Amino acid sequence: MQKSLHIDPSKCTGCLQCEMACSYENHGVFNIAKSRIKVFNFEHEGRKVPYTCTQCAEAWCLNACPVDAIRIDAATGAKVVHKDVCVGCKVCTIACPFGTINYVADSGKVQKCDLCGGDPACVTACPTAAITYVDADWTGLEKMRQWAGKTNTQSRASA
Amino acid sequence: MGWARKILRVDLSKGTCKSEPLNMEWAQQYLGQRGLATKYFVEEVDPKVDPLSPANKLIMATGPLTGTMASTGGRYSVITKGALTGAIACSNSGGYIGAELKMAGWDMIIFEGKSPKPVYLSIQDDVAELRDASHLWGKTTWDTEEIIKSSHHDPQVRVCSIGRAGENGVLYACIVNDLHRAAGRSGVGTVMGSKNLKAVAVRGTVGVSGIRDFKAFMTATTAAKKVLADNAVTGQGLPTYGTQVLMNVINEMGALPTRNAKDVQFEGARKISAEAMHEKRLSDGKANLLTNAACFGCTIACGRISQVDKNHWSVVNSPKYWGATGGLEYEAAWSLGAADGVDDLDALTVANMICNEDGMDPITFGATVGAVMELYTMGVLTKEQIGIESPFGSAQALLEIAHMTAEGRGFGKEMALGSARLTAKYGHPELSMSVKSQEFPAYDPRGIQGMGLTYATSNRGACHLRSYTVASEVLGIPVKTDPLVTEGKPALVMAFQDATAAFDSSGTCVFTTFAWSLNDLAPQIDAACEGGEAGWSVERLAELGARIWNMERVFNNAAGFTAKDDDLPARLKTEPAQSGPAKGLVSGIDKMVPEYYKLRGWDAAGVPDKETLARLGL
Repeated sequence: MQKSLHIDPSKCTGCLQCEMACSYENHGVFNIAKSRIKVFNFEHEGRKVPYTCTQCAEAWCLNACPVDAIRIDAATGAKVVHKDVCVGCKVCTIACPFGTINYVADSGKVQKCDLCGGDPACVTACPTAAITYVDADWTGLEKMRQWAGKTNTQSRASA
Repeated sequence: MGWARKILRVDLSKGTCKSEPLNMEWAQQYLGQRGLATKYFVEEVDPKVDPLSPANKLIMATGPLTGTMASTGGRYSVITKGALTGAIACSNSGGYIGAELKMAGWDMIIFEGKSPKPVYLSIQDDVAELRDASHLWGKTTWDTEEIIKSSHHDPQVRVCSIGRAGENGVLYACIVNDLHRAAGRSGVGTVMGSKNLKAVAVRGTVGVSGIRDFKAFMTATTAAKKVLADNAVTGQGLPTYGTQVLMNVINEMGALPTRNAKDVQFEGARKISAEAMHEKRLSDGKANLLTNAACFGCTIACGRISQVDKNHWSVVNSPKYWGATGGLEYEAAWSLGAADGVDDLDALTVANMICNEDGMDPITFGATVGAVMELYTMGVLTKEQIGIESPFGSAQALLEIAHMTAEGRGFGKEMALGSARLTAKYGHPELSMSVKSQEFPAYDPRGIQGMGLTYATSNRGACHLRSYTVASEVLGIPVKTDPLVTEGKPALVMAFQDATAAFDSSGTCVFTTFAWSLNDLAPQIDAACEGGEAGWSVERLAELGARIWNMERVFNNAAGFTAKDDDLPARLKTEPAQSGPAKGLVSGIDKMVPEYYKLRGWDAAGVPDKETLARLGL
């Protein structure tokens, strides 16, 4: 079964545990500046939104890379940057419509979410299940369940 | 190591920034944050110093767990001699700036001297410099943060700053970070203002890497997070209702100081409670509360994000208050509400916004308004003097006085004194509900006896956060005690004081202690920090807490405080509670203090015995 990261911003509290977990998993350090998932705080609307690569089926970053440094992990479907091949040209960062592949000045390479090989650290760290790792074909299942529940309640209330 | 092992010393008089190695010997004795910064402070500053003179210093300090994956590991503290109290001050804040400072590679910043002109400190990893702040002087904390982010071309920079209250010498000015978190009490922002230091802007990309045993640390922090999630208070009550979960509970107990503590129950409590924040307003069909929010690393998320009705009379012409922002915590809802007899939820929310916007401690501000309203009722202060009719219950007066105080105009200049100095000036010092010149918060010592001793003996003046015996006396954590009796309270207060001092020195939030004890904290610190052969045990942390408490006490004694300052306002000792379960009771503070001194190993004058100091390595 293909799985996919699913983000529900309404559950996000802005604690940044996901960013810490990401930097620790990939860099062995607690450093949100190195995280591949970012939480954006829309202060005046009271909204916090975690955002990272959605692993496009037809990945523009992958297609744009001149040295084939971005490849598909057959097990997870993640588009993975191979650091030893990447030349740091940043063309992928231009190609990506969402800005979720980023250049890292320290290493001279780009980095993006690779789903941690199928066990995303951000999902484990999130205390409110704002970030989940679910069946890729059913990312909306939880929302469907919620609406289904409301429909049921209404019919009983009007009966 | 948990620690970054590096401190930044900023000489504001000379305009220099220098890096120094952290004193690791002291770190083994005082851990970090509150404990370690206070150690630096008492070693370097004369206890008799005028808080607003250049000779006073101000320290911003993180703990070893700040900037790590430990839950709530984002705290920082500001240590100085308090402008309001003249006692040791230690104000703690969450938000994000503490973690950012740690991730920039610094354990603490020591500010000394006084800048000849307004400046702000800019930190980008290991590069620190003082920059001109003449364009920021006179600006609110909200505008200051926006201008700095814009001029740095960096939306990710974190800022703490003083507002106009700190510039104008309001004695209870705080230091606001991330728009609505604050190092709030004792006038730490006033000290910052006296040094012509407007703000600190931090961007950290180095990260925290020196954890002693990463694997053990992940195991310990994961287990501790589960304890928080499984606990009814930290897992459900606080995220859903915030600290405001207490409003109706404390009112029912008859322990909600009302109208300057004339009463212990407020008939309008329900209207300003957590439950009311969830309800849809009749005016616009929306709830006051939008959502909850977490500080850095926090898996509890007690923070409130609120939005008032745009058509509320207080903001109809002020669009800057229309957006979502930090909402009412329990202490602010009490001080701006019950303490003044005001039950207009949106008005309280706006008053709280003004406190955030211009950096004022809402507890002292609201309690001072309560004293002013009583003086007005007695005819001592008049409409002409204040500028507005100010009976208890007037939301209009509350907000007008808030604006005047924040902007430093009219009666606001009197308000800047706080209740102790203001009531004394008008001949009624007995009307100040304060200890060591700092107003006590939202728990009436007639209905929760342990809190009376907490207030009387708090080293930073009256405060609930030095020994929150409400946990035991109300919520039964760790064991239920009877709130109406004094028996056993001295030992309870002492244990809470010591444990809290350890938590305050770690980088975690004291709200974890609804679920955590030192048993949960010790493994996290031990995994993060070198602790020698002994490691970081529960016993070591408890002793460290006692060491910190006594160190603070020694400083205060040397500053001129004596046993007579460990006392409550006469009202709490002579005017019995008029309703509720505590009806007829006064505070039994006079019974508790001598026993507390004895347990502490202090003499009858409240001075630590030589043996006590030697035992604690002081």
